[in-house]
Amino acid sequence: MSTIVSGISEAINLIVTLNPDVLQIAALSIYISLSATILAACISIPVGGLIHFHDFRGKKIVITLIQTLYSIPTVVVGLLLYLLLSRSGPLGFFGLLFTPEGMILGQTVLIIPIMMGLVISALGGVDRSIRDTLVSLGATEFQGVIQIVREARYAILSAVILGFGRAISEVGVAMMIGGNIATETRVLTTAIALQTGMGLFSFSIALGIILLAIALVVVVCLNLVTSGAFEKFERIIVGTPKE
Amino acid sequence: MIRLARITKSFGKSEVLHGIDLKIRPGEIFTLIGPSGSGKSTLLRILDLLDAPSDGTYHFDGTDTQDPAADPLILRRRMAMVFQKPAVLNTSVEENVAFGLKFRGVDPKVIHERVSAALDQVGLLHLAARRATSLSGGEMQRVAIARALVTGPEILFLDEPTANLDPVSSDTIESVILKVNRESKTTIVLATHDMAQGQRLADRIGVMMDGRLVQVGTGRDIFSRPTTPTIARFVGIDTILSGTVTRNEGGHAFIAVCGLTIEAITPLSSGTRVKIYLRPEEVSLSLPGGNDPVRSSVRNHLPGRITGMVPFGPFERISVNCGCTITVLLTRLSCEDLHLSSGTEVIAEIKASAIHVTADVP
Repeated sequence: MSTIVSGISEAINLIVTLNPDVLQIAALSIYISLSATILAACISIPVGGLIHFHDFRGKKIVITLIQTLYSIPTVVVGLLLYLLLSRSGPLGFFGLLFTPEGMILGQTVLIIPIMMGLVISALGGVDRSIRDTLVSLGATEFQGVIQIVREARYAILSAVILGFGRAISEVGVAMMIGGNIATETRVLTTAIALQTGMGLFSFSIALGIILLAIALVVVVCLNLVTSGAFEKFERIIVGTPKE
Repeated sequence: MIRLARITKSFGKSEVLHGIDLKIRPGEIFTLIGPSGSGKSTLLRILDLLDAPSDGTYHFDGTDTQDPAADPLILRRRMAMVFQKPAVLNTSVEENVAFGLKFRGVDPKVIHERVSAALDQVGLLHLAARRATSLSGGEMQRVAIARALVTGPEILFLDEPTANLDPVSSDTIESVILKVNRESKTTIVLATHDMAQGQRLADRIGVMMDGRLVQVGTGRDIFSRPTTPTIARFVGIDTILSGTVTRNEGGHAFIAVCGLTIEAITPLSSGTRVKIYLRPEEVSLSLPGGNDPVRSSVRNHLPGRITGMVPFGPFERISVNCGCTITVLLTRLSCEDLHLSSGTEVIAEIKASAIHVTADVP
């Protein structure tokens, strides 16, 4: 019990005094996971839209496959990418193994299924009558798609947040692709695992608190920003009068 | 304006529209009436180019809508539709109404003016800034109507536009529909199961039953001269009797019906088996022994006994057994004046000209 109490007080001390090691690890975590989230969103939203708005053979199978991949273990993604990125692997020449960029790639691959699946669900949740109304009002296919995406914006935002949550909290990819190299690829989760193994609980607790705080801040910011950003985006695309 | 020929629509193996032929003239109000599930909405969706017919041709203002060279978007932008279940987007009322104009690339200043005018027309200008999803069903329907009108369509399709509305809002909508038709010469096609509304608004009415357009005509044609017993029942004619013409004197026929002789106006000759239709409002009741000079032109005086009385809004729906049962609709006041109750002996009086007669086709 005393270990936990002294750990927490020391953790608070590390945070309040802006310990450079702690800050560096937290900053790297945010950089990697946020990059992966943006990259995954840029892929998942349009591709999810394509899958939702088009009927093709095997559509149900594709959606089932995506949903199955929600629960792919992070270590399996780590293993697959390790095999691809290692020097003897087919993508070895990129030199991405044990780099932050390699970790971004890994987390992107990891969170695309859950983000894409939830985007498809979000778009499917927009009532059929909304689509009919838009078509009837004379929307082109593109104008209709933009409005439906806009109608599903809150559900899509949740998909993005959930993707970020999975990225920043995973250990498998970060450990296997990043290699937990101090100051280079050491992120919050891998640092916690390492420090705990070494018995340095206060450092781990400090990182744990930071991890949760980051999650809180990102969720609040995304909630605030994205709802407004969508409106601006829509004004640019749809509201500009033709000459 | 619209020409449909042999339009059919199937979903899987079930055919829901069977060979619809219909012409809609520019500037008219055409109402489609029919029971729920008769195919009115399906037909409107085809007219608004939301669904393609399975077979048949649809010409809009001379253009074959299935012609690959005809751009459905250009045609659709000349139309507007209000759906039975109003769908509003999760944004302000003003923006909801503005969509059609935005899609057409109209200048934002013009959009603002026209949206305000459209909202004013349906009495919702004060709610322009409200989130549309927070409105009541009736208000949403009015948003949907403003949204359809704001683009100045040449033709407006309305699917049960007042089904969710209270009587006052319904009146507002009906007057908006009439105004748009009169002032902008907008052609209107309106589906409704409210026959009175159909009659109030329409220049012509089409009756749909089981995916078929069974009769097209003026309100008077449909309500007083239905062509089949099914249509008659739908338009509120309860008394449908079978008989045989026994004599015809220059169009004035004597028809034997369940032991009675009823006089009616029809060219059908002696010996023809017929169906006769009596609208309940066209029958009046008097008491035996009374002598009412106003009724002297009434040719049919059928003695009978009241077998049942059911309240029907401000009226009483009275069943009279005159050998066969005739339904009569009288105001409650008239019933009280005559002291009518179940079992009262009465005389059912019907003008010969108020009886609709068709040949009974087996």
